Amino acid sequence: MADDTLLAMKGLVIEATSYPPGEPPKNVTLVHGVDLTLKRGKVLGLIGESGAGKSTIGLSAMSFGRGGVRLTGGTIHLNGREIRLADAKALRSLRGREVTYVSQSAIASFNPAKQIMEQVIETSLSHGLMQKPEAEARARALFRKLGLPNPDTIGSRYPHQVSGGQLQRCMTAMALCPKPDLVIFDEPTTALDVTTQIDVLAAIKEAIRDTQVAALYITHDLAVVAQVADEIMVLRHGRMVELGETGQIITAPREDYTKALVSVRGIEHQEKPPSAPILQVQNVTARYRGTNFDVLKNISVELPPGQTLAVVGESGSGKSTLARAITGLLPPTSGRMVFNGRTLSPNLAGRTKDDLREIQMIYQMADTAMNPRQTVGTIIGRPLEFYFGLKGAERDRRVQDLLDHIEMGKGFADRYPAELSGGQKQRVCIARALAANPKLIICDEVTSALDPLVADGILKLLLNLQAEANVAYLFITHDLATVRAISDKIAVMFKGAVVRYGQKSDVLEPPFDDYTDLLLSSVPEMEVGWLEKVIAHRKMESAGN
Amino acid sequence: MHPVLKLVVQRIALGLVLLLIISVVIFLGVEALPGDTAQAILGQSATPQALENLRAEMGLDQPALTRYFHWLGGILTGDLGTALTNKADIAKSIGSKLGNTLFLAGSAAVIAVPLAILLGTIAARYAGRWPDKLISAITLTTISLPEFVAAYFVIFFLTQVFPIFQPVSLVLPGMGFWEKLHAIALPVIVLVMVVLAHMMRMTRAAILNVMQSAYIETAELKGLTPMQVVWRHAFPNAIAPVVSVVMLNLAYLVVGVVVVEVVFSYNALGKYLVDHVTKRDLPVVQAVGLIFAAVYIFLNMAADIIGILSNPRLRHPK
Repeated sequence: MADDTLLAMKGLVIEATSYPPGEPPKNVTLVHGVDLTLKRGKVLGLIGESGAGKSTIGLSAMSFGRGGVRLTGGTIHLNGREIRLADAKALRSLRGREVTYVSQSAIASFNPAKQIMEQVIETSLSHGLMQKPEAEARARALFRKLGLPNPDTIGSRYPHQVSGGQLQRCMTAMALCPKPDLVIFDEPTTALDVTTQIDVLAAIKEAIRDTQVAALYITHDLAVVAQVADEIMVLRHGRMVELGETGQIITAPREDYTKALVSVRGIEHQEKPPSAPILQVQNVTARYRGTNFDVLKNISVELPPGQTLAVVGESGSGKSTLARAITGLLPPTSGRMVFNGRTLSPNLAGRTKDDLREIQMIYQMADTAMNPRQTVGTIIGRPLEFYFGLKGAERDRRVQDLLDHIEMGKGFADRYPAELSGGQKQRVCIARALAANPKLIICDEVTSALDPLVADGILKLLLNLQAEANVAYLFITHDLATVRAISDKIAVMFKGAVVRYGQKSDVLEPPFDDYTDLLLSSVPEMEVGWLEKVIAHRKMESAGN
Repeated sequence: MHPVLKLVVQRIALGLVLLLIISVVIFLGVEALPGDTAQAILGQSATPQALENLRAEMGLDQPALTRYFHWLGGILTGDLGTALTNKADIAKSIGSKLGNTLFLAGSAAVIAVPLAILLGTIAARYAGRWPDKLISAITLTTISLPEFVAAYFVIFFLTQVFPIFQPVSLVLPGMGFWEKLHAIALPVIVLVMVVLAHMMRMTRAAILNVMQSAYIETAELKGLTPMQVVWRHAFPNAIAPVVSVVMLNLAYLVVGVVVVEVVFSYNALGKYLVDHVTKRDLPVVQAVGLIFAAVYIFLNMAADIIGILSNPRLRHPK
């Protein structure tokens, strides 16, 4: 029935102006003629890597272009009206009333200066949909439905006073409050910890079902979208790759690209046997200056040469703090660290040049870890000069050698970081770490900011380099699939303490402690109905206790 | 104690310490000048005996530390000493002039601050388009004119071409409020022209900075009008930087407007200070210097405190 159609896009073309460094501005096409239809009350998942155009298409349902993005071609019909060319006034009347938006980062999307309630009911009042008492009552009902604590009073709090997961649910309430026809969810759970994600996901799914609202659900995580979407559209480089029922996409994908997305995380890594450690962390306890609680509590772990110790945990569990302690940036209050047979000085100033050289770091944000005004050659050449005194042609040769190692060919040495893709930037950071010829590299969430396929490439590269150079990795991550792919040993951290530690095969084998069980069972699986199964299982368990 | 209260108390304590340090600096600065008050009174040709007698009479033979505390103690009890030139009680002379200064500064501020914020907001709303450029062009022109040039322009137009006001801002005791206001209209206009641009540009920059935030996009996607977005969502987050610039300009209105006072023969603190500097009347210079420093410190402290109060993270801790 044609009446059922809420949103119909035909031949949508979206363009933007890009400003490449050192060149005149040029027009780039982000979306090349995409067709999309959404019926009332249905959920369509938009999936793809960064740059696929999924957020851009999502926002075009409100006829909105972020930054300099322009909707230049095709038609967008919402509730039967063409909106691509609608004037500002018409757009204002549909935005926040017919279509609402839930962003990836509720923390950034809430105004820090205003109470939550005021923001949640703002559209209902400004569009004249409800009176204030009615809107507030609806908001409170939504808070309750979304499982927020203290639903009657949480509205009077300020955004910084609630947690990230709670604020994400508040934003969902904000989107649902004016009773829209369509909600755009733009990676609503991506920034959350895995154990928080599952609750928010369940809350969003229930709210969608109860309010009968239609939704565009945008994410790069196929396992997540499989839990909420009726249909999934796979996008790449601004074109549609495949469209199908959720079950068909994840069990029987037709296109090669979809198959690659479904089977990503397929890296098998054979665990190496235990051997004498190169790094020993012994009973390390640490706290930040001016605070009165320990951020690391009596940590003891060991890492043999040429192996990988994965440190897993949620944000705030102390993973990165452990790295800061090992590198000497945060001297422990007690305990000691032994590296390659010698005791490391607790603080950076007491370390020898060899101590510094043999322990290198790679960071999550390759972007901010490089000087944007230096070329790749200078960036990689710096440790060569600093540690080995290499200069001139000799240094250039070694730089090219390292670039070959990270599978980047000739010509990259003269480029600037801004001219590289996300994956390439991370490769340059790896080369810079390797340049020091280290025995240990601390990798802090090095794949978290990357698309799954690119992250896969980085992991494979790291494993190859480990086999070649016999370098050990302390691999900090919150992603359990990455842990499986790369580790020999695992330490699970929770609130500053190691709650589970050992060989990979032992740690990932039941029986589990409560926290590890929660963590492992929260990782979305590519299976329709997984979410309901886990939630039901947890309810049963808590009823049993 | 609530963390905000703690911060505010801290700021006030710091301000008082700073004021004390400045009193030392002013005292030492005057000490360092060649000659002393007795010399200044009696002149170059005074006999040593006469100088000594006068010094003993004025307590100038005491050590510097004693004299400093004597001076400080006097200030704390409202005694600023007596002027050398006319033997007048300084506190009394300053009293009426300070009133005139604050009246002029206050009148200019009441017009300039809201106007600057309004213009800055409009400029931010239409950033890069003609209203923005027009507002920037006009305010930057007025700030670029030296005060006395602006003053003569204003005098020419509003007393000669359109004879609405008097060229001399004579304020006498017994004048009514509106009468006084009419008298100082011209210097107020000049001062508004001088301070407008700085505050306007800061408001514009602070709002534009906030406009980059994700929550502004949220507000746009709620279907609010651009002006609603700016006023409700951007401005509350731009208060702290705007206030600090506003306070700097208010301080300028109190302590830095001597040129305007002179041009309009307005009898206020700046003119009083300059008159007594030329006569080497050191007790007056010391007293007025300290008052100016106090005004500066107080206004900047107020800016700090408003900045603290406008931060919801400090006001409502977790």
